[in-house]
Amino acid sequence: MASGKEIRTKIQSIKNTQKITRAMEMVAASKMRRAQDRMTASRPYASKMLNVISHVARSNSEYHHPYLSQRAVNRVGFIVISSDRGLCGGLNSNLFKLVLQQLMHYKKENIPVDLCVIGRKAEAFFKRFGHITASATHLGDTPTIKDLIGVTSVMLESYDKHEIDQLYIFHNVFVNTMTQKPQMELLLPLHAENDEDLKHHWDYIYEPDSKALLNKLLERYVESQIYQGVVENTACEQAARMVAMKNASENAGELIGEFQLIYNKARQAAITQEIAEIVGGAAAV
Amino acid sequence: MAMSVHLDIVSAEKEIFSGLAEMVVVSGEEGDLGIAPGHAPLLTTIRPGQVYVTKQGGHEEAYYVDGGLLEVQPKVVTILAETVIRGADLDEAAALEAKHKAEIALQSREADFDYTAAAAELARALAQIQLIRKLRAKGKK
Repeated sequence: MASGKEIRTKIQSIKNTQKITRAMEMVAASKMRRAQDRMTASRPYASKMLNVISHVARSNSEYHHPYLSQRAVNRVGFIVISSDRGLCGGLNSNLFKLVLQQLMHYKKENIPVDLCVIGRKAEAFFKRFGHITASATHLGDTPTIKDLIGVTSVMLESYDKHEIDQLYIFHNVFVNTMTQKPQMELLLPLHAENDEDLKHHWDYIYEPDSKALLNKLLERYVESQIYQGVVENTACEQAARMVAMKNASENAGELIGEFQLIYNKARQAAITQEIAEIVGGAAAV
Repeated sequence: MAMSVHLDIVSAEKEIFSGLAEMVVVSGEEGDLGIAPGHAPLLTTIRPGQVYVTKQGGHEEAYYVDGGLLEVQPKVVTILAETVIRGADLDEAAALEAKHKAEIALQSREADFDYTAAAAELARALAQIQLIRKLRAKGKK
């Protein structure tokens, strides 16, 4: 059996770890609240943008934007949104699993995939696959659209140049604090849904001209979708970290309890042994 | 009661206004526009400037919009703003302070210091100060 001092040191070290995980849990909890607020704050923009886009898709414009038309798929683009930091449970690995599945699927069909990664974890993970075309990291806790303009324009450009024919986005969806779900969404091309109100032949008045306007609008649309994904993923990250750290703290507590028991038993055994020795010694005299 | 149309002003970061309006005045790419209920479908970019909203009941409100897009449908008007900050919220002192703080943070590079976050904060503060100056210059004219 380990000596008393050894067990004491072990208990102390677990206690220190527990302090850290507790602190991380609390930090993640407060960050999660803020991230959730940001997520709800930016939702109206994304949904209004979607409304406008769906109107536009159903207008009878003289200019037909390439983002609105399907074409044969020879190459696809993936945007993968992950966190910058680890220690958030299976959040990133679950997402990467989904991405890998899709990568395999496209590989089987002989369609090459261009990857665009957001977040350090995705960058590190997909480096091994060797075809990262764009990457954005160190977005921090308050990602801004400005941070994402670079990667967005890289992917849009390759779509414009027919280098990719479909653009997908992968990120975690915030279901609730306990559950985050990896999701894959098709960003481009857009598909129009039917709306009874707008079935007749109509078009917008464009100021200045339709081409420039639609370009700007659709670019903003993609940007906002990516931004929404990033903001949502940030909330997921904090929630996942909070839960992971809570579990770690609890496990540490259990371990401490077990070790304390062993320590007490060892101490008791030592005392009993000492008494027995004294008694034995006294009897011998 | 006067006719009204549903108006949404949203920026990527938050929702600014959502409700019924009798009249919306924005500075469009090719001149100022007044949108009344039942306007024909219109799509335009808007320049940085004020958006005047006459809410249902006649109460008027103004918002500053740093450019963006305007979509008009007969029943719905949507302004997708780049940055929308309420006029009253533009606090130059706060912006200056934020800038100052970021500058200090930039100079002291401690071990666990987030350089990019500080740089971003500085850029944001500068942009806000610029915006306030622009507004002031407009006000003096």
